Amino acid sequence: VRRILLAIGGTIVGLVALLSFKSHSLAAGSPHALPSAGLSAPSSTSQTPGQGTGSSAPPAGGAARSSAAPPSSAAVSRTIAGQAIQTQYGTVQVQLQVRGTKILDVSFLQLTADDPRSQMINDQAGPILLQETLAAQNANIDTVSGATYTSEGYLQSLQSALDAAGIK
Amino acid sequence: MTALRHIEHCMGTVFSFDIRDPGVDRAAVTGAVALLHEIDARYSTYQQASVISRLGRGEITLTDCDAEVTQVLDECDRWRQRTDGWFSAYAGDALDPSGYVKGWAIQRASDLLVAAGSENHCINGGGDVQCVGRPAPTELWRVGITDPLDHCRLATVVAGSGIAVATSGSAERGAHILDPATGQSAHGDLLSLTVTGHSIVECDVYATAGFAMGAASREWFKARRISAFAVRADGSTWSTF
Repeated sequence: VRRILLAIGGTIVGLVALLSFKSHSLAAGSPHALPSAGLSAPSSTSQTPGQGTGSSAPPAGGAARSSAAPPSSAAVSRTIAGQAIQTQYGTVQVQLQVRGTKILDVSFLQLTADDPRSQMINDQAGPILLQETLAAQNANIDTVSGATYTSEGYLQSLQSALDAAGIK
Repeated sequence: MTALRHIEHCMGTVFSFDIRDPGVDRAAVTGAVALLHEIDARYSTYQQASVISRLGRGEITLTDCDAEVTQVLDECDRWRQRTDGWFSAYAGDALDPSGYVKGWAIQRASDLLVAAGSENHCINGGGDVQCVGRPAPTELWRVGITDPLDHCRLATVVAGSGIAVATSGSAERGAHILDPATGQSAHGDLLSLTVTGHSIVECDVYATAGFAMGAASREWFKARRISAFAVRADGSTWSTF
C-alpha cells in the first residue's frame, strides 16, 4: 500500500512539475477550495473530495498523503491531495481521485495567485490521462477527439451534441 | 460562462470553435474560418484545381508555387524523418500532405484567435483538438476520447491546460491511412490511436504515423516519451502516459 501511495505521490509531483504556471487571473487571497469536477466514481466507494486535506507536511519521500482511512482495496476510490507548492506566482495544489494506481480525476484544491496579471497562454498543465471508462453522458467534457468524422458523420457525433448544447 | 461558439463545415468535416474569454470579437472567428477555407482551397486533394492536386498531376512544379507550398512540403519531409518514415506526404500514389495540413490549419486558426486577444479557447477540427489556456480559471480542459467500438461512449478522458489531442483510426472514413512502405491500408491490431501533447501539428502527425505502425507504435512512443493511448481490435487499451 505504501508503495502505491508513493507511486501516486510521484505522479502528483510529476503533475505539479508540469503545471508551469506563469500567473493566474484568480484574485489574490486565501486558498480556494475547489470542487472536484465531474467524473466522480460510484458514490458508494468514493471519499468526499477535500476530506482531510489539511496543511500538515506530507510524509517524507512522498508528496502525497491519503485523505481517508487506510486504503484496504485497490477497487476503492480515494481522494489524495498533493503537496501545496509555493511558486513564484502563488500556491498550487492538485487533488487526484484514484482507484488503485489509476487516476480517475484531477482537480485543483488550491490555486492562488499573488500576481494580478492575466493568465498566460503558455500556462500548460498535463496532459493527464483519466483512466476510467465512462458513459459519455456522465463525463463532464468540453470536447471530443476521435477518428476524423465526415460532415455527415458529425451529425451523429458526441461533438455535435456538445456544440448544440453550447451554441443554443 | 461567457462563450463564443461556432461550427464550420470545411475540409470534408466540421470545425468547432469554443472561445471562453469574454469580449473576443466574432470577427476573429470569421477570420479564422476564412483562413481554413483558404488552406482547403490550396491544399485539398479533393479539389481538382488546388495547387496540391495540380502538383500531384505534374501540371506544375514547385518553382511555379509560392514559398508557402515549399514550406509545407518541407515540413512534411521533416516529419517523415522524425517518424522514421511512418508519416509521409507520398504514402499513396499521389502527393497528399493532408495528414500535416489539417493540424497546421488548426494551429494557424488558433494563432489567429490568440492574435485577436483570445487566451482561452478550443478548436476541434473533425476530432483533432487544440486547446489554449483553460476553459475557466480554475479548471482544466477535458477532452473525451471516443470509443471506436461505440461512438456514444468515451474510452477515456484527457485533462490539462493548453493541450492538444489527435486521434487516428479507421472508424469514420474507412481505412484512409496508408502504410508508406507498402502504399496499402495500414493494418495492425489498433482500432484507434490517440496522441496528446501541446501542439496539434505534432499530435496529429504522430497519431497518423503511430496508427500506420500498428502494435509496434507502443514501444516507439514509449521510447520517445510521447503520450499515446490506443484501443485494440479486441476492445482492450494501452497507454504510454
